[in-house]
Amino acid sequence: MNDDFEPRIIGFFCNWCTYAGADLAGTSRIQYPPNVRVIRLMCSGALDPVYVIKALLEGADGVLIGGCHPGDCHYQSGNYKARRRVAILQSILKQMGFEPERVWLRWISASEGRYFADTVTEMVAKLKELGPNPLKGVGAI
Amino acid sequence: MSVTAYLEVAEGDTLGTLQRFLGQLLTADIVDALLVPQKLPTGDNVVPTLIRDPAKLAGVDPIAPVMPVIAAQAVSNVTATEHGERLAAVLRSCELRAVIELVKLQQASLEDVILIGVDCLGTYEVRDYARLIEAGVDPTTEVLAVAAEGQLDLLAADLESAAKGYQIRAACRMCEKPVPGGPDVYRPDITIGFLGVDPSHQILIEASDTLAEKLGLEAAEGPSASRRGEPVEPSGQAPVRRKEIIERLIAERTAERDRVFAAFRERVTGMDNLLAEFSTCIRCYNCMGACPICYCKECIFRTPTFDHASPQYFRWAERKGSIRLPTDTLLFHLTRLNHMATSCVGCGMCESACPSELPVALIFRAVGQETQAIFDYHPGRSLEEEVPVSTFREDELTELGEREG
Repeated sequence: MNDDFEPRIIGFFCNWCTYAGADLAGTSRIQYPPNVRVIRLMCSGALDPVYVIKALLEGADGVLIGGCHPGDCHYQSGNYKARRRVAILQSILKQMGFEPERVWLRWISASEGRYFADTVTEMVAKLKELGPNPLKGVGAI
Repeated sequence: MSVTAYLEVAEGDTLGTLQRFLGQLLTADIVDALLVPQKLPTGDNVVPTLIRDPAKLAGVDPIAPVMPVIAAQAVSNVTATEHGERLAAVLRSCELRAVIELVKLQQASLEDVILIGVDCLGTYEVRDYARLIEAGVDPTTEVLAVAAEGQLDLLAADLESAAKGYQIRAACRMCEKPVPGGPDVYRPDITIGFLGVDPSHQILIEASDTLAEKLGLEAAEGPSASRRGEPVEPSGQAPVRRKEIIERLIAERTAERDRVFAAFRERVTGMDNLLAEFSTCIRCYNCMGACPICYCKECIFRTPTFDHASPQYFRWAERKGSIRLPTDTLLFHLTRLNHMATSCVGCGMCESACPSELPVALIFRAVGQETQAIFDYHPGRSLEEEVPVSTFREDELTELGEREG
């Protein structure tokens, strides 16, 4: 493992749960690695796979998709749809020679600031084991 | 209930018999228009044609082994919005399956539409078909001869086309769903069959009771048992010989499919191989235009999102050291896969349309197979099974999204 390697994670968080959970982690002064760049969505179900793929092709080491727990979606079922899309995406990435472990889906509620911090910490550690995204310096995509 | 009947072919004129049968749908006022493949005046291609006048049926050829466009797109064109007409569409299995997907995606309607499926042994690339015609070969006659012999391989050495080195499209060689109403294929209102019958004498027609009555079709005991002397199943059933031949065809195609899928999976391991696979893509979007499932009127790749400002290219080149142009080729294919792989019917039109001859049909089918399996989904099988990306179940994929371990 390269100790100097700091993974870059793109986070796609739903407005109602995971984004609020991340906010709670911050306001609660919970420490977690600063490796995640957050993009706020209204719902995890609003995330088209094109953005996840774009992030990976541009060299992001990991993508963390955060939504409300099953049954808690602000829009009733967006997270269930997101779950199907992530299942399809991971299946395709795996078959096409990508590492599907770079794409995480996690249900993190607005009250789970600690769990949010733990998730980012855990993901950073896993990505350090995995190493940098091999596409980082590849322009032929 | 459906009725199995046989059309007697007069003087070996199979096409003429088929044309008269289809014309009956118009003359008996069962439909207002027919959507059928019809030969171009030049004779070297066969294209979907919407016919209202029964006098315009000359040159109709649902057997010609060529598919310049997938007629599912034509069905979508003529049925997507209110039209008040009664239509019958003659379709190959892949076209039929694509229509079913488009109906579920609300891009086509089966209101007042009679779907007619026709057996398919595969299609040649358009240019190969034209060359065969130029060389004096009649591919339709060859297909009928092969069907009559129970020989299923259009590559069979004793065919003139094969002797000249032509073979059917790669997608057709691995098509394990060649028969309408066969395993995991939607059962159309009418099936026109020539596999397992001698099409120089007879054509098999399966139709619903009501349609059979309107068309004056009578349930037969079998394909003139006295002529062939072969076993037949009870009245109204397709003959045993047809069943056997279809099973053999499916087995051969399945073996070919598994062979090329395995080769693909061996080849595409790791990023470098993936990049090599798509390296000659010129991002022309032909595959998208030819795909019956890619129906979006405004694809994100054709929006200003991908009209990058000039400085952006320099920034990318700076960050990565160099970038290949056109950009976003892999992004395009991976995104397209995510959007339509679960509904891919394997028609292979993407590959036929590709100027760089990328094996896109193989890639999409191989990847589609696994993504479809996640949801046990079979594109084009049934109108009741929902398209995976438009629905969900609360009790599925429950580990996804939960903390591991």
